[in-house]
Amino acid sequence: MKVLSEERTRILFEKLTKYIGVNVKLLIDRPDGTYCFREKKDRVYYISERLLHLAQTVKPDNLIAAGTCFGKFTKTNKFRLHITALTYIAPYAPYKIWVKPSAEQQFLYGHHIIKSGLGRITENTPKHHGVVVHTMSDIPIGFGVAARTTAECRHADPLATIVFHQADVGEYIRSEDTLT
Amino acid sequence: MGRKAKFDETKKVKKGPGRKARKQPDPVFKKELLEDDTVEKKLTHRQKQRAAKRAKKKAELAEKRKALKQAKKNVAKQIEVADEDAENSSDEETTPGYTDDNKEWLKPKQKNKKEQKSKVEKSDSESEEEDDSGHEDEEDDEGSEEADSEDESPAKKKAGGEKYKVGTLDDLFKDSDNEENGDVSSEDEGAGGKLDYDSDSSGRGKDSDDDDDDDEMLPIEKANIKLKKKQKADKKLADEELQLNIAKQDVFAFPSEEELNNPASLQDVYQRIKDVVTVLGDFSRLKEEGRSRCEYTDLLLKDLCTYYSYNEFLMEVLLQIFPVQELVEFLEASEVARPVTIRTNSLKTRRRDLAQALINRGVNLDPVGKWSKVGLVVYSSTVPIGATPEYLAGHYILQGASSFLPVMALAPQENERILDMCAAPGGKASHIAAIMKNTGTLFANDANKERTKAVVGNFHRLGVVNAVITNHDGREFPDVMKGFDRVLLDAPCTGTGVIAKDPSVKTTKDQKDIQRCFNIQRQLLLAAIDCCTAKSSTGGYIVYSTCSILPEENEWVVNYALKRRNVKLVPTGLDFGTEGFVKYRHHRFHPSLKLTRRFYPHTHNMDGFFVAKFKKFSNVIPEPFKDEDDEETDPNSTEKPKENGDAQSDEEKTEAGNKKQAPVKRSAPSDSAQPQKKKAKPNKPQTKPESKPQSTNNAQPNENNNQKKKKNRKNKKKQQNVEKSNDEQVTTPTSISNEKPATPNTPQSPGSKKKKNKNKLKVVAPNSTSTENTVTTTTPQSPGNKKNKNAPSVPEKANNDDSTSKPPQSKTDTAQTNQSPNKKKKKNKKNKGNKEQQGANPQPQAVNKNENKVTEQVAVAASKKLKNKLNKNKKQIGQINPNKDKISAKGQAAGKKFKKNK
Repeated sequence: MKVLSEERTRILFEKLTKYIGVNVKLLIDRPDGTYCFREKKDRVYYISERLLHLAQTVKPDNLIAAGTCFGKFTKTNKFRLHITALTYIAPYAPYKIWVKPSAEQQFLYGHHIIKSGLGRITENTPKHHGVVVHTMSDIPIGFGVAARTTAECRHADPLATIVFHQADVGEYIRSEDTLT
Repeated sequence: MGRKAKFDETKKVKKGPGRKARKQPDPVFKKELLEDDTVEKKLTHRQKQRAAKRAKKKAELAEKRKALKQAKKNVAKQIEVADEDAENSSDEETTPGYTDDNKEWLKPKQKNKKEQKSKVEKSDSESEEEDDSGHEDEEDDEGSEEADSEDESPAKKKAGGEKYKVGTLDDLFKDSDNEENGDVSSEDEGAGGKLDYDSDSSGRGKDSDDDDDDDEMLPIEKANIKLKKKQKADKKLADEELQLNIAKQDVFAFPSEEELNNPASLQDVYQRIKDVVTVLGDFSRLKEEGRSRCEYTDLLLKDLCTYYSYNEFLMEVLLQIFPVQELVEFLEASEVARPVTIRTNSLKTRRRDLAQALINRGVNLDPVGKWSKVGLVVYSSTVPIGATPEYLAGHYILQGASSFLPVMALAPQENERILDMCAAPGGKASHIAAIMKNTGTLFANDANKERTKAVVGNFHRLGVVNAVITNHDGREFPDVMKGFDRVLLDAPCTGTGVIAKDPSVKTTKDQKDIQRCFNIQRQLLLAAIDCCTAKSSTGGYIVYSTCSILPEENEWVVNYALKRRNVKLVPTGLDFGTEGFVKYRHHRFHPSLKLTRRFYPHTHNMDGFFVAKFKKFSNVIPEPFKDEDDEETDPNSTEKPKENGDAQSDEEKTEAGNKKQAPVKRSAPSDSAQPQKKKAKPNKPQTKPESKPQSTNNAQPNENNNQKKKKNRKNKKKQQNVEKSNDEQVTTPTSISNEKPATPNTPQSPGSKKKKNKNKLKVVAPNSTSTENTVTTTTPQSPGNKKNKNAPSVPEKANNDDSTSKPPQSKTDTAQTNQSPNKKKKKNKKNKGNKEQQGANPQPQAVNKNENKVTEQVAVAASKKLKNKLNKNKKQIGQINPNKDKISAKGQAAGKKFKKNK
């Protein structure tokens, strides 16, 4: 568990801002204690300071995870947000998209969302901004990147991709081993 | 204009579209309805049939009722004729009676006659007298009228003892008749006439007594009698046959060697199992001559092994756990999978919402029971229950119902530090986190690195954020971290409770496996207890659970831990489940093992499970000592100790141990440990009632006395020693660790150091910190001690220790400020208290030690004496505060005011 380097912090926050905008600061300034980002084996954990102190008593080799894993840094030093970060991203995300029940399964298998599966979408969603995907019953099931703005969606072809898939909760089953 | 009223019939309201059309038309009656009711309609064939049946039923009922009454009266038998008459008679006594004389005026219907005749012939009754057809008719119809004749006069009731049978036979007879010729019509129409003659015939009872000649018998009655006789004979035969059958069943023939060697079909084996079980159920009566019980049980064992395909060893063990009847139930239940249960993740959703969502997906489910607020049973599902969007979003987790139990027993509180020692795949651990509402800290440990991935996945999916997932051998965990408020140990086991899940257990497990398992379990449990802290204000609990039902892995392990650590069993808080074993074969476990809970597949419809809940009352690790259990821990030695559970030898050993290790013990505990022990002492009375029943065996009271004396002597010595040590402050943490070869208690030693320093301060120059400590110690003590001496006072202790060991917190701060004016007084008191403590300390200390080693009787006896001694001291300690308050000027002034007011 080491502190993130300056550069990595910047990359991480840039990425997070893509999804939750200015709400990033809510992750840092919390009323219930200080939280921080720590890195372990290229994976970034979001963890309460109190928990961190306790976790640091465990030998690094034996420590599997602590707090919430947000994602990992790739070999090219880019940050990939994992589905495990959904717990924190979903409530803060300004742009959301709701998919029809028929398209739920498709998305959960790792496909992009096409126009026909689009149930609802937040107004003014800009292009290439992170969006959180919900079911029609408001259950967050993943996130992705908006391929079109809301306005463009209206006139899009039924088979046109609206959201590029980034992560979905189906990964808990599909790739449990690589989550952390 | 207004509406056109339809004042006269001539005017017709216009029909057609518009409002009028919508108006409800005048009712139109069908022709049939308008017809006059007075006109008798001919009944259809079916109607007639139905009517006949109805009438017959009515008659039957009436007859039965009557027969019952008659049976009560129990009068001597009567002639059939009389019976018939009585039956036919209605309630009107006043009408003239029916006799043979006046039977002529009963006009039967001619139509019925012929049919009746044919009926009689068909039903192989001899219809000799054709001219009596009227009577036949009467017979036939009699049933339909019986409803009226319910209120029989006593005289009539007397009329025949055998009426009941006759009546029923008649009914039978008639039944067959009616079925044969269903077209017997006009029964309804005839009702009136029949009623007539019925009313006439009422009161015949009187006559019937007189005319009891066989000549008077009607043909049908004769037929009746014949039939009755025949049926009687039949019945007799049947009864005999039945008896024969029973006799045959009773004697279970022990199969010959050949039969055993050449096993027949599984059905036969099953039948034999059943038979042997019944034989064993009532052995003295059902056994075969010259066969011992052993032979039967051996046979049963073999059969069970073949039928359920277990290995013989496991079956033998199971036979020792269950009575045979229950064993078969258990084996049956183990063949069937338990229902799928899911646990609602209360961090993300509520059970009702989840249930609704799943029902919408086509899942058929129900709450698991009243005992759980998060469990749901899934009966059937059209979608894979482990891959719904709700599941992936972490709204629930697939978890056996039995897995809820240890967590419920653990009863985690918010903001605690909790350890799940064997967490994978994280079901129970996430349940703990959910109950804690993501506060506090949860350590989820598992020895298998691969399996920790499942924990990671589940935790993230379920939104558990307060967890640290580690990969340690549980046995080494005390080296990593200690001081947990609660520890859950769901130990790896043979899995004999979950045979339905993993049938390979049936054949693969043997003595070695079990031994390996319980050795690991013991070590894990001791490690778990070491990880827990007795000082926790809210906790200090350890829950031990396995999914095995073998006592070797459960009660024995628990018993082992009870002897080796300062823990005691407390109720699990689960209101169902069967009690743990106190006796098992040659083992005699601690009586408090009643408080543990066992769950069986056949009784609770969940996996076989065992749950025990400990409370740790002292962090001191008692001296390790060798006893029969230790020998057992060597996995290579397969033989069982013979003197296991022999209290006497146990005591002797502990005695010896005490003598040897007494000085070591004395120096070890710091000041911090002392109050603990003092308070640990009140625990004694708690164990007393439990241990009393135990003391019934052999000559222990004497020993007790002796030991008591010895102990007192020892205690005195110790007392002196401790006083010395306290005064001189010789003991240092290093010396402690040196003197205590048993795993040095790392967090303790610094704590004790601190405390010793504080102690010094107290005595020499009491400053604020020392008083702070004392204040906090004394205040909670006083009510606690007074109130419940019997109750475990460990939480108080824990409070004290917390305040001393932790850096000054707000709590203690406030305490300090509150108490500052009283400091001086307290100082004095403190000194007094110190002395008291010093005086008292060695005794509970000894008690404490004994508690682990010596059997209960001794400990209880010793504690009694000590308690008497200590009671005064305690009271004083407890009274410090109240006295102070009273003494304080304020209080006095207030008192004066009070008086004035009065």
